[in-house]
Amino acid sequence: MPAYRPPHIASSEITPKDIYLSRRNFIGAAAAAGFGLAASGEAWAAPLSTVPGPYKLNEKLTPKEAVTTYNNFYEFGVNKEDPSQNSGAFKPTPWSVKVEGMVGKPKEFGLDEIMKMKLEDRTYRMRCVEGWSMVIPWIGFPLSAILDQVEPLGSAKYVAFETVVRPEEMPGQGGLFQPLPWPYIEGLRMDEARHPLTILAVGLYGETLPNQNGAPIRLVVPWKYGFKSIKSIVKIKLVEEQPQTTWKNSNAREYGFYSNVNPAVDHPRWSQATEQRIGEGGFFGTKRVDTLPFNGYASEVASLYSGMDLKANY
Amino acid sequence: MASISAAIPALPRKYHAASIWMLYVIGLCPAAWYFYQAATGGLGFNPVKTFEHLLGIWALRLIIATLAITPLRDLFGINWVRYRRALGLLAFYYVLMHFSVYLLLDLQLNFAAVGGDIAKRPYITIGFAALLCLIPLAVTSNNWSIRKMGQGWIRLHKLVYLIAIGGAIHYVLAVKSVTSGPFAHVALIGILVAYRLIRRPLMNWKRGRRQPAQVAR
Repeated sequence: MPAYRPPHIASSEITPKDIYLSRRNFIGAAAAAGFGLAASGEAWAAPLSTVPGPYKLNEKLTPKEAVTTYNNFYEFGVNKEDPSQNSGAFKPTPWSVKVEGMVGKPKEFGLDEIMKMKLEDRTYRMRCVEGWSMVIPWIGFPLSAILDQVEPLGSAKYVAFETVVRPEEMPGQGGLFQPLPWPYIEGLRMDEARHPLTILAVGLYGETLPNQNGAPIRLVVPWKYGFKSIKSIVKIKLVEEQPQTTWKNSNAREYGFYSNVNPAVDHPRWSQATEQRIGEGGFFGTKRVDTLPFNGYASEVASLYSGMDLKANY
Repeated sequence: MASISAAIPALPRKYHAASIWMLYVIGLCPAAWYFYQAATGGLGFNPVKTFEHLLGIWALRLIIATLAITPLRDLFGINWVRYRRALGLLAFYYVLMHFSVYLLLDLQLNFAAVGGDIAKRPYITIGFAALLCLIPLAVTSNNWSIRKMGQGWIRLHKLVYLIAIGGAIHYVLAVKSVTSGPFAHVALIGILVAYRLIRRPLMNWKRGRRQPAQVAR
């Protein structure tokens, strides 16, 4: 298993940091000049310093504007533009994440402490179960770094995650037609959770996470469909039994616990053989690419599922 | 109920033909506007899907409008039957555009994928069946066919109820969760189709109420 592959992205294709820093300065200056930015947003939004992570990807990044305006985050509404439009009132600070359950040392991590972790650049493919994909430069750290600190007990077999519930700040959690029951819950098997590809992300494109992308802290599991990568996490619980998960509860025939990206197992209502790259090709030349087993991470993660029937455990 | 129809001023007969042509023009405006938006980057980062979905939603709205003509006349005395053919044909055009965008821009003429979708995915099977059912209705939507087919025309055009139900099921199965948008469209179709089941007894009852009054006079 290659732990490190040299970068193939031409450095000319990556927006230099000082350019987006200068853009930020401009936004900051505009805010100071009275254009106005929510105070909480200003406190959270910041450039982050990072170290290179162990995984590199030879694919063109999805434009930042696409990553931050084409989102599924039903807490802010079910349309793709809803999260970016409806998340202005959301306050990602102050924040803390409770890590509890079958652990020797349960702990509540404050955001300050989280942001002091060694932050890595992790550019991953992101494949949505709906049949579209992106390439996103995340910033984060391995989930195992947090798990190590709480000393999991031997009996802990799974990790359960929970998103915040704040109907007053998240319009999708209020109103007559609730698309899903809240809180949004997700889960991983312990070996999936401890896999070095699995990260808790706190930023993307060089900055802290925008609200619509799951501020201030979210999971990213690149070989699974996007809905497994739960956003705005407030609780992580180590448990013995396979935890319930929101989409499986909503429709178990269509969404399984594992939800590994798999072109050979169709969603009951659509094919998963190909995917549409968002932000490329435009209206008259949609870019469709073949979907890869485990979203292209098979050499890293296929061994986790050896002997398992992936058609039955979708 | 008669007061509602009285509140809407009747359009002078000489403008009827022009108003029908206006309806075609107005009816095609959403498609033209969304096409312009999609082509110029106004429909976000997945313009094909968004355009495709908007065309489908407008097709359902036009089917709803087509189905609403009869109850409007029965219950509120508003006679807009002259617009029904235009509404029905517009619905057909939108379904056709919806399918064309799926075929040309979404799956990019990958006929294997299209065939697979139609065969294997119930919501696409149903949607495609509804499109096929619309074709004979569109083809026979002219005065000549109406005259020529007589009672057969009326029976054939009852297919629109099946098409409407198919369209509603297609919509519900296509979304990840039924929110207020899909619910409103499907509920309207449900009410308008269900109305046909109670229409005959309801009209008999209305006529029965009117007749004794006439006798008393």
